This record gives sequence, structure tokens and C-alpha cells, in this order.
Amino acid sequence: MKRTPLYQKHVELGARMVDFAGYEMPLHYQDGINHEHLTVRAGAGLFDVSHMAEIRVIGPAATAFLSYATLNEPGRLKVGRGHYNMLPNETGGLIDDLYVYREGEHDYLVVANAGNREAVFDHLKALAADYDCHVVDESDNFALIALQGPSSPLLLGRLLPEDVTELRRNGTMTAELTGVPVTVSRTGYTGEDGFELFCRPTDAEAVWNLLMGAGAVPCGLGARDTLRLEAGFPLYGHELTQTSNPLCTPFAWVVKDKPFHGRERLWGASCGRRLVGLRMTERGIPRQGYKVTDQAGEPVGEITSGTLSPLTRDCIAFAWVDPELSEEGSGLAVEVRGRPIAAVVVKPPFYQA
Amino acid sequence: MNTPAELRYAASHEWARQDQDGTVTVGITDFAQDQLGDVVFVELPPVGRSVNAGDQVAVVESVKTASDIYAPVSGVIAAVNQALEGRPEAINTSPYDEGWLFRLTPTDGGEIEGLLDAAGYAASTEE
Repeated sequence: MKRTPLYQKHVELGARMVDFAGYEMPLHYQDGINHEHLTVRAGAGLFDVSHMAEIRVIGPAATAFLSYATLNEPGRLKVGRGHYNMLPNETGGLIDDLYVYREGEHDYLVVANAGNREAVFDHLKALAADYDCHVVDESDNFALIALQGPSSPLLLGRLLPEDVTELRRNGTMTAELTGVPVTVSRTGYTGEDGFELFCRPTDAEAVWNLLMGAGAVPCGLGARDTLRLEAGFPLYGHELTQTSNPLCTPFAWVVKDKPFHGRERLWGASCGRRLVGLRMTERGIPRQGYKVTDQAGEPVGEITSGTLSPLTRDCIAFAWVDPELSEEGSGLAVEVRGRPIAAVVVKPPFYQA
Repeated sequence: MNTPAELRYAASHEWARQDQDGTVTVGITDFAQDQLGDVVFVELPPVGRSVNAGDQVAVVESVKTASDIYAPVSGVIAAVNQALEGRPEAINTSPYDEGWLFRLTPTDGGEIEGLLDAAGYAASTEE
């Protein structure tokens, strides 16, 4: 298994380590997932996301290329801003979901999921053959640490001479954290205010220690998952896959009406099923792969992600369901260990800061 | 990991304690609760149910996963820990005491001797 520059730190902190996308990552630290989830919602949590991939797209045609290769419109980004985006394949589905940052007029940093690093890089490189730009895998040049929660601006503000509170959501800036060069973006995947700090791998421990010293609480992948699900965000491999059409999900807003790779298969396709949010109305935890049935017990769908929210104590999920039952308020059931447990369709997010 | 010397254990991470009145109390070990994470739901068997050693009789569910619990000895369910309904986290904080799951009247009072002792169980968790 691969390790991030912060592996030793996680072990020292007593983290339970697990294999995630081929990386040995902390699932949670000693106080557990629930504690970490609640800390992010009320204070500030610290996540090692250095396993993610960073791919640079640079050159005179970088904007035109990324506009064609992705579903959102990078040309609309001002320099120093980023956005959530998706990478379509040619069969009406997705290769990955991404964050794209415009670092210069013709210079973009694409951040992809760790498990899709090779697939994303190979695809972009092949597609860019017809464009005057370069695609470079810079993942090994970066460590990435996320600071998330309502106390984040105050906490980070104390460590930086620059004024982070002025940084708008999705904005980026370069800064020095007691002499350590970092790029700070006001982004995150938890549904809270927060920042993501890009730094050199050799500086990762110093940055982590500074943020922990300032009061940020280490949080692992377990809380990362409960937080993003509660906030209504998709996770590739669950809600988004090689065969899922984003136009049939609550994330259709990402898709812009413009030419893009695979548009013919994606744009006009009818939705065999729609992705919806579910809230259990009887006791039971929905999990990926569980069958969704109508009230007569007929199979009408499948859970893509599910959990018990540490904050609201609701059991929540995303699921693909037959279109006729995808209206808010529709009554359904989830098969949990052979028994139907009642659920209702709700519009995500399940929580808002 | 806490593995009390006076208890008996199944390789499937249940502990068993024979009480003065002959009944056997069952729960999950400290190792098991640590692996599971925060327990959120418990499904307990009905009192009066007859079970054989190795039967799946309960479910302990955490945020991460649901775990089947097996009867370590054969018998009839005499009592279940109702308090877990409102406080499932007792299984995490007190797996050998407040977090007990069920109690049964064993068919064969000697069967508990066939289970692992503390050293045997501790060795089995070291893989």
C-alpha cells in the first residue's frame, strides 16, 4: 500500500489505518467517527487528503481543451478561482468528479480522486493530443491538507499574515505559513466553511503540526464520508460511476450546454432511474447495494451510499429509483437484512451549515 | 485490549460468563467493539427462543457495519439487555459489564468449558 507524507503522524496519533484506493489512510483516530464528525460541524477538523491526484493542464489551448473535456465551464473561472467539475466518458457516464483551479490565464490544476489518478491522467493526455497544451501528473509534488469547520477562518487567520477571511468560497491564494509556502483554497467537501492547503510533501508534517497546534482536530475517512453524505455531496464509485448520467441526479447543474466529449450519449439520454435522497422513517441503516422497494415490495432501486448521521441521528442515503417514485415525499422501503424498512424521498442536502 | 481472565470466549468475539444461578451471560469483547466503532443499533433475540451453539442470535450495528452475534453455547434465551435500546454505546464503553447482550439458560451446564480461555482468545486475535 502507498503512504502519504503524513503516514507516520497518523500512526503516532493512534489512527485506525485502512486501505483506501491503494493508500494506507486513517479511518478515524482514537475518539471515533462520531466525535470527529461533530467536531467538524461545531469547530475545526483536519484531514489528510494528500492521496488525491493533481494534474496540471497548461498551454495556449488549455481553456479550450478543458472546456471540451469536462462538463462545467472552466473558461468562466477567473484566475485564482476553482470549481467542482466532472469528467465524462464517451458512453454517457463519468470517469471521475474533479475540482478545477485556474492558476493562470492558460494554467489549470485539476484535482481528481486518488483511485482514478491513472484513468484521469491517461484520458486527459490522450484527449489533449489535438490541442496546444500539456497534461502533466504533478501528484507527487503535492501534499494536501483540509481544514474544515466554522472555526476554520479564525484558526487559520491566526497563523497567516494574509487575511484569509477575505478569500471567497472557491477562491485561491498563495501564502506563507510561518515560512512554509502554501496555496490556500476556500474549498472543501464537508458542507462547512473551510480551507484546503496545498504544500510540498516535505512540508506536510510542519503544516499539519501548525494546524493541530492551533486547535484543529485530526479527522479520518470515516467522518469524511458521513460529512459529505450529510451535506448532499456525491462520491465517485457510489453516486457517480462509469454508467451514471449526471443529468439524472441532483448534480445536473454541473453540466453546461456546450460541446463536450461524449455529449451525444449524455445530453439527450432518458433517465432509466433517477438519483434521489432518502431518509429512513423506521429504524435501520441503509448501505451501498441494499435494494429499494416500493410499498408493495417490488424492487424499484438501489442504495448508492447510506449512513446514520452523527449530527441529526437520521438514517440517510442516496439511491437510484424508478422515475415515477422519485418525487419528494414518495414512500419507499429499503431492504435491511431481509426486512423492508420504511423510507421517504427527500431533496438533498440532508443538512445545511 | 482488555480480555478478562475469568471469562470464556468464542473465536467469533463473544464472551460468556456463567453466573451462580447457572445462567450464561453473553456479550462482545473489547476487541470486537473496537473493530466495530460506535455502536448505534442492537437487535436482540426474543426471550424464550431456543438456540444452538453457533446460531446467529443478535446483530450489533455500528455506523461502519453490522455484525452478527452467535450463541456461544446452546440454551434458551432467559433475558436480554433492554437498556441497550436507548444506550447502544454501552457496548463500546462497557463491553463486559453494562454492555451485556443476552442471558441464556444453558442446555448443558458443562458446555461453557469448551470455549476458549482468555489466553486462547487473545492469541486468536493476534492473527
